[in-house]
Amino acid sequence: MGAVDLSIWANVNEATPLLSVQGLCKNYGARVGCAHVSFDLFPGEVLGIVGESGSGKSTLLSCLAGHLKPDQGEVIFQTAQGPRDTVVMAEAERRRMARTDWAFVHQNPRDGLRMGVSAGGNVGERLMAVGARHYRDIRATAVDWLGRVEIASDRIDDRPRAFSGGMQQRLQIARNLVTGPRLVFMDEPTGGLDVSVQARLLDLLRGLVREMGLSAIIVTHDLAVVRLLADRLMVMKGGHVVEQGLTDQVLDDPQHSYTQLLVSSVLQV
Amino acid sequence: MTAHHDATLADSYNFAYLDEQTKRMIRRAILKGVAVPGYQVPFASREMPMPYGWGTGGVQVTAACLTPDDRLKVIDQGADDTTNAVSIRKFFQRTAGVAVTESTVEATLIQTRHRIPESALTAGQILVYQVPIPEPLRFLEPRETETRKMHELEEYGLIHVKLYEDIARHGTIATAYAYPVKVEGRYVMDPSPIPKFDNPKLSNSPALQLFGAGREQRIYALPPFTHVVSLDFDDHPFEASKAPHDCDLCGASDSYLDEVITDDQGGRMFVCSDTDFCRVRQEAGHLGAMAVPNLAGSA
Ligand SMILES: Nc1ncnc2c1ncn2[C@@H]1O[C@H](COP(=O)(O)OP(=O)(O)OP(=O)(O)O)[C@@H](O)[C@H]1O
Ligand SMILES: [Mg+2]
Ligand SMILES: [Zn+2]
Repeated sequence: MGAVDLSIWANVNEATPLLSVQGLCKNYGARVGCAHVSFDLFPGEVLGIVGESGSGKSTLLSCLAGHLKPDQGEVIFQTAQGPRDTVVMAEAERRRMARTDWAFVHQNPRDGLRMGVSAGGNVGERLMAVGARHYRDIRATAVDWLGRVEIASDRIDDRPRAFSGGMQQRLQIARNLVTGPRLVFMDEPTGGLDVSVQARLLDLLRGLVREMGLSAIIVTHDLAVVRLLADRLMVMKGGHVVEQGLTDQVLDDPQHSYTQLLVSSVLQV
Repeated sequence: MTAHHDATLADSYNFAYLDEQTKRMIRRAILKGVAVPGYQVPFASREMPMPYGWGTGGVQVTAACLTPDDRLKVIDQGADDTTNAVSIRKFFQRTAGVAVTESTVEATLIQTRHRIPESALTAGQILVYQVPIPEPLRFLEPRETETRKMHELEEYGLIHVKLYEDIARHGTIATAYAYPVKVEGRYVMDPSPIPKFDNPKLSNSPALQLFGAGREQRIYALPPFTHVVSLDFDDHPFEASKAPHDCDLCGASDSYLDEVITDDQGGRMFVCSDTDFCRVRQEAGHLGAMAVPNLAGSA
């Protein structure tokens, strides 16, 4: 395990982590999903999670976002009312957080969009969920957000079915960010897109993350995504975190053999 | 309540067709519905001797509420004389031996499909709605587990997404039937496919309103004087709209109208969909623009 000193982040950022994960475990019967995962995420920080297929990345992300209940461990989120363990909090409160403070971008836009609802309705849903009741305001915000993800405003009444894969993914991002979340979970946000589309989406994501000061946890197979977006990197294998540290350090001087393989591009998809 | 065996009833049936145990089960669901206005209570819907589209949910609720002293009115789209209304009325005449009426004022229990009577209901009356789809969130969220969770946690953003889509597509909230409402500031409810013109009558009614969905096995209720609000946007407020006409038979300007084709030369007239309301007005001497004697007399 790389002996990287992470205390620097405690000084660079505010002293309190936005998210503090302690001893997180999730098994599927006898099979390990993820095991003994601990880390802190500070405000404005982007954490990349890489690892081979089946290494537990999605399992971990789902536990963090409250989609899966971990068997053990704490997920302490810094709420407006102070630190709270989201694992044990009431479901109503966790779901409220999921549509205000958090966002979740799925690999497949179909899982994150309402395919039968117009682009404007997709973007507006979270606004209406938190009480927006003025149609023209909702629409104006939707137009603004479509612009920010580079979707022409005259597509606002089209359904996502009429959009390309890249547009659907950008729409999903707009739908998620419209309420100004503080923490964004992304599971392979560029997976399934062809290379040129990926690059554009990455640029866009980087711009939004910087501009909004977002904290994010991004699961990916793609080291290009990591290099461009992640301040810090966590490498998983067999459900365990085998290495973590500043992205540049991990990539330039990988300690674990799996990371070395990954960096030497043998495992790059 | 005890079982009634009256020689005048069809021998093979218990009073109002359903056995007492089933009626008790339905009454428990009704009571729960009354206790939690707008909440959809699951119940074990029974096979009824009629197809589902005929309002088996409403029929079961009616059967569980009827007493021998009741006077029953059955309407379908406001009319007492459609096949559906006539069949259900006959069904309860045969199986319960109750008195029947077409008069809204005289009825103690009214079973309805798609309308609320025009005349104000009064304390002691029960209005039973036939409901095809009780779940107002169904059209955007087909997963039952998820919609149930949304009700439980009061996550109702989705219902406004539907209204948003309406305005985006039609420039106005085009939903004209089954217009969603919020009950006592808590549950979002589908009022069954009544025209939105009827929505204001849902609120603060002195009558007990019961909703039965047979195929979907749900019962819900609005106890007397429940506060019911039709959902909308600040800049697109709810409107209880109707055709901009007066009734051509009785001249009423404030009733919900059906458009009726009168001949094959494009002749048409607007008449009250509530046939009892229209008849009572005509008998009291109110006449509409086309209320020539032969028309008024032929209905
Ligand atoms: N619902 C499930 N039931 C049983 N086992 C599961 C389930 N989901 C995941 N697993 C198992 O848990 C382990 C971790 O899976 P997970 O999906 O988290 O991996 P991943 O790193 O996201 O993989 P990929 O890169 O292919 O998406 C794997 O062995 C997987 O087979
Ligand atoms: Mg995965
Ligand atoms: Zn009339």
